[in-house]
Amino acid sequence: MSWHVGTVVSTNTESPSGRSIVFDVPGWTGNLAGQHVDVRLSAPDGYQAVRSYSIASADSSQRVQLAVDKLPDGEVSPYLVDDLQVGDQVEFRGPLGGWFVWKPTQAEPVQLIGGGSGIVPLMAMVRAHAASGSSARFRLLYSVRTADDAFFADELQALVGPAFELDWLYTRETPSGWPRPAGRITRDDLTSLTIAAADNPAVFVCGPTGFVEAVATHLVALGHDPVGVKTERFGGK
Amino acid sequence: MDHVDGNALAGPLSELFRFDLTTASGRCQHCGDVTVLARAMVYLDPSGYVVRCCVCDDVLFTLVTGPEHVWLDLSGIAGLQIPTR
Repeated sequence: MSWHVGTVVSTNTESPSGRSIVFDVPGWTGNLAGQHVDVRLSAPDGYQAVRSYSIASADSSQRVQLAVDKLPDGEVSPYLVDDLQVGDQVEFRGPLGGWFVWKPTQAEPVQLIGGGSGIVPLMAMVRAHAASGSSARFRLLYSVRTADDAFFADELQALVGPAFELDWLYTRETPSGWPRPAGRITRDDLTSLTIAAADNPAVFVCGPTGFVEAVATHLVALGHDPVGVKTERFGGK
Repeated sequence: MDHVDGNALAGPLSELFRFDLTTASGRCQHCGDVTVLARAMVYLDPSGYVVRCCVCDDVLFTLVTGPEHVWLDLSGIAGLQIPTR
């Protein structure tokens, strides 16, 4: 697969440590919801770094939106979050991956579970679901440290409707008056806030490796078919 | 070290194969489990990737990239079923 050159057309601060970036990528012919892209940065001395990022957009245009959370000891993410400016260019290889994807032709219920910036490929699915007018039942459980750490919070809230339910889970600090104390996701949370295994949902889980491991283990214990639980781990904590 | 999913190898493998190998189903030579390679566990190493079976943890394949060559050792996979549509 060949590399494309993408030019930054806009950025938006999503959280204290993350932002979304829209690139114009000539030759890009669109992507499926859930796919990712490899991003290559080249330094003047020839040094190159490649990292994979999920795509937040899902349409047939040559605009590609990524959303990146800064890893404190990261090599590439601090540059993308703090330094990259409108007009700057990076290289893209993609769209990639035909497995962690949702297509508007799918009619079964869908449960999305995201931790932190793991929301990104799920956001693409929520957007594709809304844009297609699909009546498939969608439910998203979004786990964040605090309310300020949520990406795309306003857009997600605005999309809530008969075919899209949104549930929040806070791990460090809750909004005032929130009934559930802050804490990591538990099996009881999954029982009360996700579509039951008996309804045979397609399940997509994305986030840091520890989060995905915990969620996937709980889901299997709750009766979900392991093969029906699709996961995308970032690595890291 | 933390692992990621086989799905993450779609880019590097796209340089070698004309189909998306992560959507192919492979049989583990060790335990016989058959599943899409996107579900395998990928360990990143400075020189490449080690891909392990998500059931038995045995090595399915390794991919090492050097300046002149790529080494792909598929000896942990007994067979591949590749979707053609």
